[in-house]
Order: sequence, then structure tokens, then C-alpha cells
Amino acid sequence: MLAFLLRRLLWGALTLWAVVTLSFFLMRNVPGGPFDGEREIDPVIKANIERQYHLDWPQWKQYVQYIGPFNLDETSGIFSTKTIEEPVSAREAAANDDPSATTRTVPNARYRTDLFGGVLAFDFGPSFKLKDFSVNDIIGQSLPISVALGSIGLLWALLLGLTAGVASALRRGTGWDLSLRLVATMGIALPNFVIAGFLIMWIAFNVEALPVAGWGAPRHILLPSLALGAPFAAYIARLTRTGMLEVFSQDHIRTARAKGLPDRLVLFRHALKGGLLPVVSYLGPAVAGILTGSLVIERLFGIPGTGSHFINSALNRDYTLAMGVTILYTVLVYSLNTLVDLAYTLLDPRIKLEES
Amino acid sequence: MLTRRKRISTRPTAALGFAPSAGTPPRRGPRPGSESRRGGASLVRTVLPPVLLALPLVLAAWSLSKSQLPPADFTFNNGTEVATLDPAVVTGVPEGRILRAIFEGLTVKDPETLAALPGMAESWTISDDGLVYTFKIRENAFWTNGDQLTAHDFVFSWERFLNPLTAAEYAYQLWYVKGAKAYTTTVDPNTGAPTLSFDTVGIRAADDFTLEVVLEKPTEFFLQLTGFYPMFPVNERNIAEAMEKYPGDAWKLEWLKPENIVTNGPYKVGFRRVNDRIRLEKNELYWDADAVAFQSIDALAVENYTTGLNLYLQGDAYWLDVVPTMLVPRLLEREDYSPMPYFGTYFYRVNVTREPFDDPRIRRALALTIDRKRITEKITKSGQIPWYSFVPYGMDGYEYAEMERKADLDGNYDVTFADDCREAAALMKEAGYGAGGKPLPTIEILYNTSEAHRDIAEVVADSWQRNLGLTAKLANQEWKVYLGSQTNLDYDVSRSAWIGDYIDPNTFLDLFLDGGENNKTGWGNARYDELIYAAKKERDPAQRFEYFREAEAILMDELPVIPIYSYVTQNMLNPRVGGFPGNLLNEQFPKWWYLRSDEELDAYRATQPEYYETNAVVDAPGPKGGIYPPSAPRGRFPDGDPRQRLSPLHD
Repeated sequence: MLAFLLRRLLWGALTLWAVVTLSFFLMRNVPGGPFDGEREIDPVIKANIERQYHLDWPQWKQYVQYIGPFNLDETSGIFSTKTIEEPVSAREAAANDDPSATTRTVPNARYRTDLFGGVLAFDFGPSFKLKDFSVNDIIGQSLPISVALGSIGLLWALLLGLTAGVASALRRGTGWDLSLRLVATMGIALPNFVIAGFLIMWIAFNVEALPVAGWGAPRHILLPSLALGAPFAAYIARLTRTGMLEVFSQDHIRTARAKGLPDRLVLFRHALKGGLLPVVSYLGPAVAGILTGSLVIERLFGIPGTGSHFINSALNRDYTLAMGVTILYTVLVYSLNTLVDLAYTLLDPRIKLEES
Repeated sequence: MLTRRKRISTRPTAALGFAPSAGTPPRRGPRPGSESRRGGASLVRTVLPPVLLALPLVLAAWSLSKSQLPPADFTFNNGTEVATLDPAVVTGVPEGRILRAIFEGLTVKDPETLAALPGMAESWTISDDGLVYTFKIRENAFWTNGDQLTAHDFVFSWERFLNPLTAAEYAYQLWYVKGAKAYTTTVDPNTGAPTLSFDTVGIRAADDFTLEVVLEKPTEFFLQLTGFYPMFPVNERNIAEAMEKYPGDAWKLEWLKPENIVTNGPYKVGFRRVNDRIRLEKNELYWDADAVAFQSIDALAVENYTTGLNLYLQGDAYWLDVVPTMLVPRLLEREDYSPMPYFGTYFYRVNVTREPFDDPRIRRALALTIDRKRITEKITKSGQIPWYSFVPYGMDGYEYAEMERKADLDGNYDVTFADDCREAAALMKEAGYGAGGKPLPTIEILYNTSEAHRDIAEVVADSWQRNLGLTAKLANQEWKVYLGSQTNLDYDVSRSAWIGDYIDPNTFLDLFLDGGENNKTGWGNARYDELIYAAKKERDPAQRFEYFREAEAILMDELPVIPIYSYVTQNMLNPRVGGFPGNLLNEQFPKWWYLRSDEELDAYRATQPEYYETNAVVDAPGPKGGIYPPSAPRGRFPDGDPRQRLSPLHD
């Protein structure tokens, strides 16, 4: 187990490095820059903005700066002086201790000379577009929201999916089975934003039971999480049905029935465990899918989660934010997959982690 | 993708947990044997699922517990997250709305006419030559940290604003001040630091409450600029304390955090969550706090138009500035959606450095054959005005120079437009294209990816195909790529738009100075430049407008830009909202907002019976008694709200 985890960790680090490097250079070589706007900026100003974010450097140097807590400021060779000189005005001279000084030192306009320590120090730098926030700030504010939304979405998926799947399997071949399967197929076929549209029309506008959008109270979470979880619920329902039907035909279930256990006990004590294994293995991709796939739902319901940053940062060429969110999603998907592998061995002892 | 490698053992085993082993009688509950062998794992198996199921609930509860806020008195959708609260480096419309709430400049704008009113300056004098502005700062103005606001604050703020190290995109807006342009643009190439002293700039505090500004040349709209958000003051102590408290670079972000930022406007920043909202709270230290109605305002950052409209329709927002185009025809029937002229032009740039667009006859042929009426009636649908000059609709006292044409919007458009198309075809022939001449060129219409732009481009391409017989292809590019193509003149014809910064032809016409940064057409004309510079120097308003008109006539003759329509606003506004007059720049001033009581709302509707003949009264959710500022307990505008209901666009 330990060896398995270590190996996973190593591969994880490698994957992450590859993702960081690739997306860093891809991002910076896409046409259009973060400070291009409909109005052209004066060249002096533009040069100074780019200087603040080190965009005047060659890309390898930007990359090194991005990765590590290295100080590459060029104002004095490798190491920065962190300050530069500018002329003093009469107002400042009057306020100075030494009124005769003609220049004063001011902080270097560049970012990340000190505080922003690079990816190795878990510091993703300042956002280029949302200039009042560091990328860490933005992720720190938005991730809990996406996680909350995703978690409740997952609960919906499990609740609806398992119930429908088991009911379908128990009533196999009846009208119930047919209609549940029909609904499940539709759920898989319909994208979540279509489901969201129906939910908003029906529950928020016709029944007026829940708010149409926004964030801040528990009632805000119900509709978006349902829309987010619905396609997954549909898939889980199908998996559960198949899994349960397979288990029902097995010997130990027949034995349990034969010895006179009531159906309820057969189901809960014996059948579910085996029948749910396919669902468990699906949970990993499902969690990752729910967390990273929430962007459309977040936009539709005006939820300030991470999803919208994923899109906007790329469109805005907000290099640091785009990198930060990409790294975050890489880590999430990778560790969730690892967790599911672990959970799988715990639930099904027939499966062992390969220790080579 | 990651591969999951597992070895599945095929040997059936007792450790399955639910298969009774031979010889042991079936029993309920866990068997002692299995307990002892694999107690840990089975404990995990019993405990893990409920924990995993409870975890999401706990996470959701934790996340929500951090975000509960009491509802605000007033909520509007600001459309996106604001880039920054630092007035010096801001450039956008959503940012402007927040900044006008939390800061106040020397002057403020009249919410209807946009004329300069006293703000931080209680009065001012202008020297006879129009060069020296002396502002008297009011002595009852304070910052939210209790400091008194003085003339020195403006000197500090404007020095900071002009300093190239601040890298303010809008610095050029203050270059009308003597020495300002040189100060900003003379830099040490290695560090980007200024090499001139700020003493060379014509801004100084004569005493604590007198600010003296010397201009390069007379500037008609300077008092409009002093009310423009980049010129808002910032607090020196705010920044200095942050620098001390947060070492390294952290202060650059920290001084703007709600807990640190010091402001001087009617509202202050209470809470901020990225991509969600900015909560503004009433600033009790504001000099005119009695005129401020709300205790709190929420500015939402909802980007999706439909979501914004949903919020509005459910009564969760009082104001939106944009609605989904598809719904416009239906919204036009309501009282709360009434588009008004907006100071912007939608136009096509033509790349005059490319053949055949270097020939003015070709450009004119293209311009003549665009069916503008079809675009505004079938596509944009909100009452946009088909437009034939570059300065948009609404410029009082200015005589527009329109491109020469027969198309007549008031008369028989179809007939006159057909005449234009015939003239265009003749022009093409004259230029040597078509039957017997050079083959007709294929034109690529560049636009940034958006349904609305695509639809318009399709109509234009269709017009050209039908009337000139030439093929036009549509090329959409993602926003930033499109900007690059436009700047590098890598296009044939490119969809463009320009919104004025202030009400003056200058904000439109100085774009097309030869080599201007925003020209982006490759076009230049010496006479045009001469006229623009003459207008910039001229002090007689009539003569000044005459120069602009002549310049615009040249532009509309040469047509490096083809105007299509003049913009309208898309405000969706709860009728209960008062203190919200429309204006040409669609600039809104949170200071004046209040909510009408039911009685005032009824009285207000009764003042404009003709409006309600065509527009249906809708629910106006909100407090029945309204929310009024302390200084005006009832009926803020006894003679009716200055908001001008009926636009000349549709009646």
C-alpha cells in the first residue's frame, strides 16, 4: 500500500510538471496578450505594465521565475535590488529628512520580487486581470463554493441514481423499470444546462419555490446541484441496475432467499454490496467530472465558483490565473483517481493494489 | 489518462464477508472469526460510506456559513467582476460604477446632463485664457479613515496616476495638463521610472484647500474629466500603511482589500467576494451623507445575460444594463425596458493598406450597399439608429457630417436604398472591377466571436453579394486574437465599435489622426489632422464644432470607417428606482439612487400617460414605503423625476 502511494506520488509530481510546463508555454504563445484591449495603450505605459508582470523577459526566464522562489530581477544582475530611483518633486523633498536629495528610491514595480514565490512555494502569483487578488486568493474564495456545489450534486446523483437503479432492478421488466430507464437515458442524453433551464422554468418561476440564481444561503444550492448531479444520477442508475441484476442471479443470493430471508434483508445485507461495486469505480471519474464540469452550471446560476475562472482566465489571457486553475484541476483529478483506487480495495477485498 | 492497474484474484474467498463459510451456521451480524482477522478493514467498510455521505453536507454547510449576508437595500447586476478598485489603473464601465460609489472627484457629473457639479471642490475659477483652473476644496470632506481631505491628496493622487511606474492606461486623459505628457512618457528605459521631476507638471497645492492646475492648452471638457474616475483621489496614508504592514509585494493587493481601502465617496466597500458581489455600505463620514438613501448596495458580478434577467424578474435585482437580444421584442412592451440613445457607434473598419480597399470608390461602394435598416430592425431590434456619420447620435449643438447617399430613413427607404446600390455598382465598374475589368475581389469580414456580430456580418455579406456581386466570407476570431489582427492591420474589413469617454466629437474624431494608436485602418489625411488640431485649440464652441464637422466630412467622404448604427442603452430598471435619469453615457451615480413608495410610484406613472399607452405596467417588487435619503423623506423630485422616459427612438 505504501509503495503504491509512493509510486502514485512520484507519477503525480511528473504529471504535474508536464502539465505546468506545457500549459505555461501554450498559454504564452497563444495570440493576444493579457493587456491587449480595444483601446491601444501608450507604448511607455504598456511596457511598464508588462514589466510589472515580467512579460518583458524571455519566456524561459519567466518560466523559471514562475516555477520557483528564485529571484531573477535584472536591475542588478541575478539578484534584485527591489528598488529603483526616481526624481524627487518639491512636495516630496519637503517631506524628506534630507531636503537636498534629488532622487528617491521607490519599490520596484515588478511583482513577485519577494512575496510571490512561485509554484514550488504554492504561490501562483497575482492575477493579471483581477488585479486586486492573488491567484491563491481567488482559488481560496471560489474552491470551497465549487466543492460545496459538487458535493451536494454528488449526493443528488447517488440518492437519485441508487434509488432508481435498485427500484428498476427489483421491478425488472415492469412499466416502472421501463419508465425509470427512459428517464435515465434522457438524463444521460441531455446536457446539464438543458436540465438547468427546465428546473429554473419549473421550480423557480412556476412553483416559485427556490431562487433562480445567486449564492449565500442553503436554498441557493438545491437547484444548481440537482442540475449538476442529474446526468451523473442517470448514469449511476444504469450502472446500479446492471450491477444489481447481475448480483441477483448469483448463488449466494439464491441461498439467502432459499433460507427464508425477507427480500429487504437480502437486498440490504447481501445484494447491495456486490451490486454497487461498478458504482464505486465510477465515483472517481464522477467526482472529478462534477468538480471540473460545473462551469456551465456556475454561469447559469451565477455561482462564484472556480469553473468560471477556468474559462474567463483563458479568454482574458490571465496567464497566472489560468495556470493556477489548471494546476488545481490536475491535482484534483489525479488525487481523486488515487483515492478511488484505494476505496475500491477497501470495499472489494478481491482487488489488490498491484505492488511491483 | 491514468490507467488503473489491479489484479483481480479469481479465487472465491471467505473474506467476501457475505458468503457463509462451510460448517459455520448462518448467523446474523458479523462473525467473530472475520472480526479478529480483518477487523480494521471491516470497520472501515462500515464507517466509511456514512462518513463519505456526510462529508458533502458538512462541506456545503461550512462553505455556506462563510457567505451568509443580510440582504442589501438595493441590488444591481454589475455584469462582471471589477478588475480593480484602484482608480488610477481602472478602465472599464463596471469598474466605473463602483468607483463612482466609493470615491468622489473634484467635480461630479449631473446625472442627467453630465455637466460638472461641485464635488470635492466646492467651487472653481478658470483664468481668462482658459489655462489655469483653481479649485477650492471643500473643508467638510473626510476620508473613511477620518483624515481630512486636502488639495495635497489630489497632488499625491495625480502624481501617482501620471507616474509611469503606476502604468495607468488612462494616463493620457490628464495629459491636457501642462508637462503631464512629458512626465509620463520620459522614462529610464531600463527601469521604466520617470526621469523628470513632478515639479515640471502644472499641478500644485497653493494651500491646504486650493488646488491649482495649469493646462497645456484650453480644454473645453476639462471639468468633465475631473469627474471621470481615473482622476479620483486615493489616500496616501492608506498606501503607506499597507506598505509598512505587508512587506514584499503583498501591499500592492492589500491596500485595496475591503478592510484596508480608504475612500471618500457616498459609499464604502463592506465586503467583496470574487465573481460574486461587492457589498457597498453607506459612508457616514461623507460630506453629503444626508442625500444618500441606502444603508447597503450589492453589486453582483453575474455575467450570463439570461441569469441576470432571471434575477431581475424574480425581484432579486433592481437594475441590469443588458438583456438577452432574443427577448428584446417582448421586453419592449414593458414599462421597465426603454432603450435610450447611447454615445457609441457600431462601424466597420476598412484596411486601406490593402488592395482594392485603397480605392475610396470601392470603400464608398461597400458603405452604400449596407442595408442598415434591415440590421437595426431585424437583428439588433432595440431601436438602434441606422447611422451615416461617425460621431454618434445625441451630440447637442453639433451638426453631423453624414456620408453622401440617397437612403432616406423617413421617406421611402427601399427605393432610395436601391438608388444607392445602383450608384455603388457603377462605382465598382468605374474602379475597374466586374464585367470586362478586374475580377471582383473576395472580402473577409472579421469579427470577434459573438452571435450578434455574426448576424450583422451575415446581413452585410448578403447585401454586398446581392448588390455588388462580390463574395464576402465571415471570419470570426476569439476576442484577443481579433484585437491583435486589427492592430496589425491583418484584415480586410473588421467589425468595430467605439463608445465616447465624454460628450464631445473629439472623443470620436481624434481616433483617426494619421498614425493614431486607435486608428487601425492605415488611413491618414493631412487636412483632417489639421482640422482636428485646430479644433483642439479653438475656444469658440461654434467654430470648434465647425472644425470637427469639416473633419468628419472628410472622414465620411473617404470612408476608412463605415458607420452602421448608433447605439442605444439596454437598461432594465425596476420602476420603483428613483434618482436614475438616463444620460448619453449611461453613467449612473449611486449617490442619487433611492426607492419610491407605492404612492410616489403611482404619482410618477400618472405624469406620463402617453408612455403607458404602449408600455404595460409591471410589478415593481420592493419595499412598499420606498427607501428615501434622510434629507428628502418623500418625493425627491417633486416636479417629476428628471429621467426622460420617452426616447426619440420609438414611440
